[in-house]
Formats: sequence, structure tokens, C-alpha cells
Amino acid sequence: MKTTTPTADLTRGIWRENPVLVQLLALCPTLAVTNSVANSLAMGLATSFVLLGSSVLVSTVRKLVPTEVRISTYILIIATFVTVADMVLQATVPNIHKELGAFVALIVVNCLILARQEAFAAKQPVGRATLDAIGYSIGFTIALVIMGTVRELLGNGTLLGWSVFGPSYEPWVIMILPPGGFLTLGLLLVFLGWIKERGAQSVTDDVAVAVREAA
Amino acid sequence: MSEPMSEPMSEPHAVEPGSMTSPGRLVATLGGLGAFAGLLIVLAFGATQPAIRAHRAAVLAEAITEVLGEPERYDTLYVAGGSLVTTPPPGVPLEDAETVFLGYRDGAPVGFAIRAAKAGFQDTISLIFGYDPATSRLLGMKVLESKETPGLGDKIYKDMRFVGGFRDVEVPLLGVKAGGEKGLPGEIVMITGATISSRTIIKAINTELERLRPVLSTYKQESKP
Repeated sequence: MKTTTPTADLTRGIWRENPVLVQLLALCPTLAVTNSVANSLAMGLATSFVLLGSSVLVSTVRKLVPTEVRISTYILIIATFVTVADMVLQATVPNIHKELGAFVALIVVNCLILARQEAFAAKQPVGRATLDAIGYSIGFTIALVIMGTVRELLGNGTLLGWSVFGPSYEPWVIMILPPGGFLTLGLLLVFLGWIKERGAQSVTDDVAVAVREAA
Repeated sequence: MSEPMSEPMSEPHAVEPGSMTSPGRLVATLGGLGAFAGLLIVLAFGATQPAIRAHRAAVLAEAITEVLGEPERYDTLYVAGGSLVTTPPPGVPLEDAETVFLGYRDGAPVGFAIRAAKAGFQDTISLIFGYDPATSRLLGMKVLESKETPGLGDKIYKDMRFVGGFRDVEVPLLGVKAGGEKGLPGEIVMITGATISSRTIIKAINTELERLRPVLSTYKQESKP
């Protein structure tokens, strides 16, 4: 099923094909750096910058790049934008850059970005590639921020560093540790699966009622 | 969750027989994009370096104060020709000159803050440590830059027990595994799961002190009336 409207290009990555919550891509940064909202947001924005820049450039040069060197070209382009993002983060938010550590450089090997270049940007005009990249960026950032919000709230009792539950709250330290990442993602996937199932059940019920009435 | 993707993840990029791209074009494509990538990186480097350098200077000043135990002030000294001098050595760019920092409290020197760097598990670990030549003891240690494995190697600056182990300890340092302490002078308990990163810090300090100790003692002698 090919979807061609600009709205479909933009919204596809946000919900229906959300890279984290549906396709389970880019789990390395999703599990590793979402121990706070600030880190999640910074990683989301850095990845968005790289995805958007790479998609625009790959789409622009798609007719000039021979098939034999396309993957090398994508990696070169992605690595360039990652280097730029790394420097910008270091200059603007040095403390968050230090917190993210090696994961900024590891955006180069984020399968979400390479997949969008190979599957979409390399075959579509710049406009569609841009919309697709924006949609996927929003979807990725939203997923990371949801994870970061849950983990920081429960694991630290704060939101963006501000105390939410007060001094009497005993933080669930496990939530900001690596197991907390798996736990949060697992529960989030169960919750989203349940919502989807409910939606499907409701549609089935409506169809059954319609069929009965027609009979 | 099992909806079909609107775009396939990958489509075959088959090269038809006889339609091979010429090597010249392949080189030109990669070369051209490489040049563009280089230009983009250089522009970003030029735009971000002033802010990065300013931040590094602030972090260094804070680290010097921390590893010297809050001195009243500190002087920057330059290592040149086997001794310490107060003015930058001629002919050496200021950013390339090797420096140590001498802290003072109540007018008396408290020790030197010395930078060191060594290849760790992922990348070079850069750190600073305080050293008192009068007692041959470390005053403290702080990691300045590290890209060690998150959750494991990054404990070299997140594990306060490990960091605290470098305070008031005799040199040379001796790395021991957790539970293997023998009460020897200079023992540092390494982090389980981050042995290479822990050992790198210990080696970096020992190597740097071995190299600089004659220079530091010379300055000490010269500074005496």
C-alpha cells in the first residue's frame, strides 16, 4: 500500500510507523539515555537534526549517486551531520553533551536514520523526504520524551530537574538504571498494544452491529 | 502492530550487467561529497570552537580548585626545558604549551594540579589530579573528558567511592580488584566491570608523575629562599 499525500508522509512516522513504539528501531539510545527528560529531549533533537539533514541531502543527490557507492555515501552524509550535531551540543549544552557521552557519536549507526535514507529519501523528491524525516523525528522524540518522563518521575521524583513528589518521596532508583529502561519500554508497549486492541475490538463490534441490522 | 509498511525497508538495487559505473564517477561522487562534508564540518568547527574552549576553560578552573582542595588562588606554570617557569616558553603557541597549576592557601603552596591523558577502553580519558610533592600524596582526581562505556566505564567519574579513593593517597598508585585489598600504600580499588578504564586512570597518573616529578622538585627547590 503506497501512501502519497503530504499528510501521510508527515504523520506516518509519528504514530502508525513510530520508529520506537511500533518498529522497535533505535532501541540503543532509547534504553540508554532516557533516564531524564532533558537527556531524552537532547538526544531526540540531535537525532532529528541528523535525520532531517541527511534525508534532505540524500534526496537532493539521489540521481547523482551511483548504486554501488550509495551506502558509503549515506554513511558519509550521516556521519557529517552527527559530527556537526556533536559540536553544536558540546558548545550549547555541554553538561547534557557530557551526560549523553558516546551516544551522540553512536547516532551514526542508528538504524532508523540509515533505514529512512535507503527506504525513502534515496527514492523520493526533497519535499517528501523532508516531510518523512520530520514525521519520524517527531515520532522518535516523542517516544524518547515519554520514556524520559516516566523514568525521571519515578526514578528521581523530578521532572526536568524540578521536584514533583516532594522531599518525602522515596525514588525508585531502578527506573533510572538500565533495567528501568527495559521495564518502561515493555510497559509502554503493552499499554499501546492494549489501546490498539481496544480500537480494533470496537471496530469489529461496530461491523457486527451493522451486519445484524442489515440482516 | 503488524500493519504493512507503506514503504518497504529495502528494495533491491541490482546493477544490470554491462551497466557498471565507471571508477572515475565513483571516485568523483565520493570525493565531491567528501569535500562537501569536510566543508560543513570545518564551518561547524569554526562556529562552535570559541564556546567549547570557553566552557573547557571554566571546567578546568573548577577542576583545579576541586583537586587542590579549594585553594585561595593558583598560578599557571609552564613546563619548559626540564623546569617550571612562570612565562610561556618562547616560540610555542599558548594552547600547545604544557602547563601545571600550583595552588596556594594562606600564602603557602598546597600542591600541583596536573593534567594527564591516556587511551581508555573507548577513547582517550583526560583527567586532572592534585599532587603534593612535600608528602608525595595525591590530593584528588577528576575526569575531564571520557567516552567510556555508559553504565560501566563511566563509573570512573560517576562512582564517588572510586573518585574519593584518589584523595590523600600515597603515590605511586597500585590498582587492586575489589576484595583484594592488602592495606598497602597507594592502593586504589578498581571498579568491577570497568577494570580497563580504572587501570587507565591509575597508569595515567603514575606515568605523568614519574615524568614530571623531577621537574616539580626542581621548582620546589628553586622557590625556596
